[in-house]
Amino acid sequence: MNLSEGVQLVSFGILTFLMLGAALGVVLSPSVVYSAFLLGLTFSSMAGLYLLLNADFVAAAQILVYVGAVNVLILFGVMLVNKRQDYRKETGLLLRQLLTAVVCFGLFALLGAVTVITPWQIAEGVTRVDSSVIALAKHLFSDYLLPFEVASVLLLMAMIGAIVLARRDLLMEDPETGMPAETELALPERPRETVVSE
Amino acid sequence: MSPGIDLQGSFIQLLTSLGLPPQLAKVVWIPLPLLLMLIAATVGVLVVVWLERKISAAAQQRVGPEYAGPLGTLQPVADGLKLLFKEDIIPAQADPWLFSIGPALVVVPVFLSYLIIPFGQNLNITDLGLGVFLWIALSSVAPVGLLMSGYSSNNKYSLLGGLRAAAQSISYEIPLALAVLAIVMMSNSLSTVDIVGQQSGYGILGWNIWRQPVGFLIFWVAALAECERLPFDLPEAEEELVAGYQTEYGGMRFALFYLGSYVNLILSALLVAVLYLGGWELPISVDWITSLLGLDPATPWLQVITASLGITMVVLKAYLLVFLAVLLRWTVPRVRIDQLLDLGWKFLLPVALVNLLLTAALKITFPAFFGG
Repeated sequence: MNLSEGVQLVSFGILTFLMLGAALGVVLSPSVVYSAFLLGLTFSSMAGLYLLLNADFVAAAQILVYVGAVNVLILFGVMLVNKRQDYRKETGLLLRQLLTAVVCFGLFALLGAVTVITPWQIAEGVTRVDSSVIALAKHLFSDYLLPFEVASVLLLMAMIGAIVLARRDLLMEDPETGMPAETELALPERPRETVVSE
Repeated sequence: MSPGIDLQGSFIQLLTSLGLPPQLAKVVWIPLPLLLMLIAATVGVLVVVWLERKISAAAQQRVGPEYAGPLGTLQPVADGLKLLFKEDIIPAQADPWLFSIGPALVVVPVFLSYLIIPFGQNLNITDLGLGVFLWIALSSVAPVGLLMSGYSSNNKYSLLGGLRAAAQSISYEIPLALAVLAIVMMSNSLSTVDIVGQQSGYGILGWNIWRQPVGFLIFWVAALAECERLPFDLPEAEEELVAGYQTEYGGMRFALFYLGSYVNLILSALLVAVLYLGGWELPISVDWITSLLGLDPATPWLQVITASLGITMVVLKAYLLVFLAVLLRWTVPRVRIDQLLDLGWKFLLPVALVNLLLTAALKITFPAFFGG
């Protein structure tokens, strides 16, 4: 075993440990903020695994999209939601958790079985590509064109949906009076404090 | 274009000739440029802090630091030492883990981004094929650190400042990336070395700023916003938010934020120099001068001169831009948060998109000028 293989093996071990530990933390942590930050760690270690597989562009895209955008938006969501709800004791928590655990283990077993059953042969004659960006782009705009376009349509739909939700003034006229019914889509937020003038 | 000097090649050759196996020689080489870049970035920060103090003093008709060293040049060192020796405080109600990790998460990506800054054909840490995309990806990590430090301080000013900083960082990343994309489209490569190579050969006339004037402005405005420099320093707006997410920080942890913001400023200036101002190219092409003088570009002494001139040019261009940023800071008033977000989303983003489309159209129409 030469030096670079050793480095790869050690980094693979560290990354796997980080990813699994952080993922468990996301699920098991009682604090939602910790979960959100640990999710970022999971995404980052996944990017490291991509890097070990020589997929440098995918790794950078993973950081940009998942850590830089998705995770930050989740954090925004956690920190901006202005919901004041009194803590109340949930009933039947143990049963719920047990059910969740059963479903999760079932899913894990299914995916594990798929991993074991699938023959993971590396195709012969795969040439090493110099620039993964160019190779990816060629695939995206030839044989994967349809999924690429469908994904962009999906994103467009999500964007329009987000705009419609954000512009609450355009929505829901009361059919009888013709006046906008403001309470229809109001989020369960604490009412804003009105500014008291001195 | 001459390949220039290859320090890595000659260093490894030297070590192997001394009897080391080539692999080990490479391992010995790897930390050297990294260490050099770290030191260069830190010294660069000291220079910028001194410049900031002196230029702000000049803008306000003061003298500025004077007694620490000649012309006050040792003042930033004194600042740094003071921060280093201050007591390390974690507020009682703060979250100690997140409070400590936050500043590191802001600083580390900035230093990592120096990987892609070239000072010459072979004078860089590594010529990544990923190039500027790596920088864009890394700079998107910083908001996580800002949110983390804002949240963990357990202080409403910190939380608001952190949220503002993250919102600002996210909204200006998109015009920034679109401006870079136009450059990448013209250069047919993400690699910073290739981007400079594409601007070379015609001296000052070949620089991207002439082909991408709008992109240059978008990039500069967005970069200033990413660095949280005035007129966009809302996250730490002293009069409104106390000091934003930095409110509860002191000592070494505050020094990390401080260092990070200045390192980021230099990084942005260096990237503007590389992407738009021809990187290590001189205003008059070196190849042209050597051919005029009848010299062989492969002559060793000439290569050394060219390389040092190249480094000087990169640093000079970057510091001119830093000077501009400092002047802007002390002469332009701060924008409001709604103005800031309006500018980012309703002005810069559409303009950047149009710029990208225009570049694509021009590239197809005039492939000779726009890197077909």
